Amino acid sequence: MLLSSIPPRKLKQQLAEEGINLKIGPFVVNLSSTLPKVAENLSDLYGAYTLEDSHRVDFHIALQSPSIIRRWIRPQAIFSFDGYLPFKPLPQTQSFAMFEWGLNWCVANNAHQYLVIHSAVVEKNGKAVIFPGTPGSGKSTLCAGLVSQGWRLLSDEMALLSTETGLITPIPRPISLKNESIDIVRSFANDDIFVGKPVHDTAKGSVAHMRAPMSSVARSDEAAVPAAIVFPKYRKDGSIELLPLSKGRTFLELAENSFNYHILGSTAFSALTAMLDQCECFRLSYHNLDDAYATLGNLIDA
Amino acid sequence: MPESIMQSCLIRFLRDPQHSAAKLSPGEWQMLIRQARRSNLLSRMTHLVETYDLLSFVPEHLQPHLYSAQLVSSSNLRSVKWEVLQIYTALSEADIPFALLKGAAYVMSERDAFQGRLFGDIDILVRDEQLKEAEKALIKHGWFCTKIDPYDQKYYRTWMHELPPLKHLKRQTDLDVHHTILPPTAAAKPDINKIWEQVIEVKDYPGMYVLSLQDMILHSATHLFHEGDFEQGLRDVVDLDALLREYSLENGRAWAGLLTRAETLQLSRSLYYGLRYARMLLKTPVPEALTREIATQAEPFGFSRYLMDKMLLKAMMPSCIGQRTHLLGLARFILFIRSHYLRMPMRLLIPHLLRKALRQEK
Repeated sequence: MLLSSIPPRKLKQQLAEEGINLKIGPFVVNLSSTLPKVAENLSDLYGAYTLEDSHRVDFHIALQSPSIIRRWIRPQAIFSFDGYLPFKPLPQTQSFAMFEWGLNWCVANNAHQYLVIHSAVVEKNGKAVIFPGTPGSGKSTLCAGLVSQGWRLLSDEMALLSTETGLITPIPRPISLKNESIDIVRSFANDDIFVGKPVHDTAKGSVAHMRAPMSSVARSDEAAVPAAIVFPKYRKDGSIELLPLSKGRTFLELAENSFNYHILGSTAFSALTAMLDQCECFRLSYHNLDDAYATLGNLIDA
Repeated sequence: MPESIMQSCLIRFLRDPQHSAAKLSPGEWQMLIRQARRSNLLSRMTHLVETYDLLSFVPEHLQPHLYSAQLVSSSNLRSVKWEVLQIYTALSEADIPFALLKGAAYVMSERDAFQGRLFGDIDILVRDEQLKEAEKALIKHGWFCTKIDPYDQKYYRTWMHELPPLKHLKRQTDLDVHHTILPPTAAAKPDINKIWEQVIEVKDYPGMYVLSLQDMILHSATHLFHEGDFEQGLRDVVDLDALLREYSLENGRAWAGLLTRAETLQLSRSLYYGLRYARMLLKTPVPEALTREIATQAEPFGFSRYLMDKMLLKAMMPSCIGQRTHLLGLARFILFIRSHYLRMPMRLLIPHLLRKALRQEK
């Protein structure tokens, strides 16, 4: 059953009571919340996701008001994972962004069957391209741009490299766009791409979420072969540049961008080296999405 | 009505992994994993699943959680061993003998309690007269003092049994340096020299010691009932249970030594509570005669025991969603106050808590 098949009122009620069990990539997340924004954003962004049985749940997440006072005066939201509160409360307008950040935290800290690399992953013709990225590198913009033109979205935030199969497990979720990239993507994308209303003044500036394409969500169980690692760098001007990068250097940067390299230890080392054996590595500087789209298209076709 | 801790999946499993595993439904396995994770016992649970070969009972989709917990625990173990080595380097260079306490000691003396245990700070014991020197040696090797507020400095140095917590500049690991096992302000005053008399040197590390098994048990019991952090309470009982089981293997039914030792160190009350809750929660096999004996020596009077039972069992319940109640919050709060009260007389405690509370407001 898809989330979109539940009528809004029933969704609200279910969220307030036992929660809903959303299948997000390889995980099932039980989400409960009485906050109005959460139900609204869920219908906008997670309509195409399936609902699962309660006994299959991996993470139990709740988004609530910290206290009765905070429901009315400067309303706040608090994220809890099985009753544990990893973060300080945030203004309630950011409750949905908090769900996304909190889920990242749950995966990064509890899913060590994967090496979890901070990066976006997209796929075309069976070849997955990984964009590792520090904030501000423009990985989400690039990812959103490619996805809006038919590339498959595996993740905007984390590459789940299975240490067993060496494949990338998809975890397609809404793409979080920040500040100017919201308008850049809006003007580049086709009309059928949905970008939600931006929330301002978060720790990351203004944030808006772009819905993951239905076709990518439907293929959530289809792992992909990693074929290229591309470190993006958004520039205000200049021409596009795709420069090869040594594997040693790439290895170090990927290890540094992994959330759980230290926990996996030698397993992480083997998984990364095996992946790099079959990948080409580059640095990409770009300042407009059209160029980047063309260059990466050529790279995949070559 | 939230379930009581006695019926929780976690307690049922910890008491008897083999029999309970065969009976757990998929929903209960899920609850067990949640409760174990919440009590910081997921990797201990994984260790038990492995030891008793129970993986085939675990629903397949939940198995990655156990696998993950196992990786967390082995990486944690690697870093503790590395950290101990660094501390050893710093202190042996300055010729300062020290004893590892709690988790790190279980690791270095290979006590069963370390299996699947997660470690936070490392605790060590040095002799009072060498405390300053030890601090210097550690600072020279990259540790620094985290509490720089003059009040905190004074609080730790004057009233507590340790230096203000140290942190390593590069590795960000925490180290607590104690010179006694209870604060000098506490009513019970175990003679630290008597503890030093019975320490055991760690093989291949001259100058590095662990407490004798008896003292480890007493210290673990003390820790449980003098510390304020009851979210970790169950983990402490699991430690104690593992140590007691080892004691029983080594000594058979000859437990009198433990009792005498507790009396010598003025820790009979701690031992009484430790044994009481280990037996109550985990069915730790302690000889009947011993529990009778310790009860005549150190049992508190009826009402206070009743209150302790009520609060402690409530506070230790792993609080997943929907089970967090106001009563639980209250029980933890009262126990927190109690732990401070046990460590300091009222004339020190009240100004201390007031100061803490006012500072939080700022």
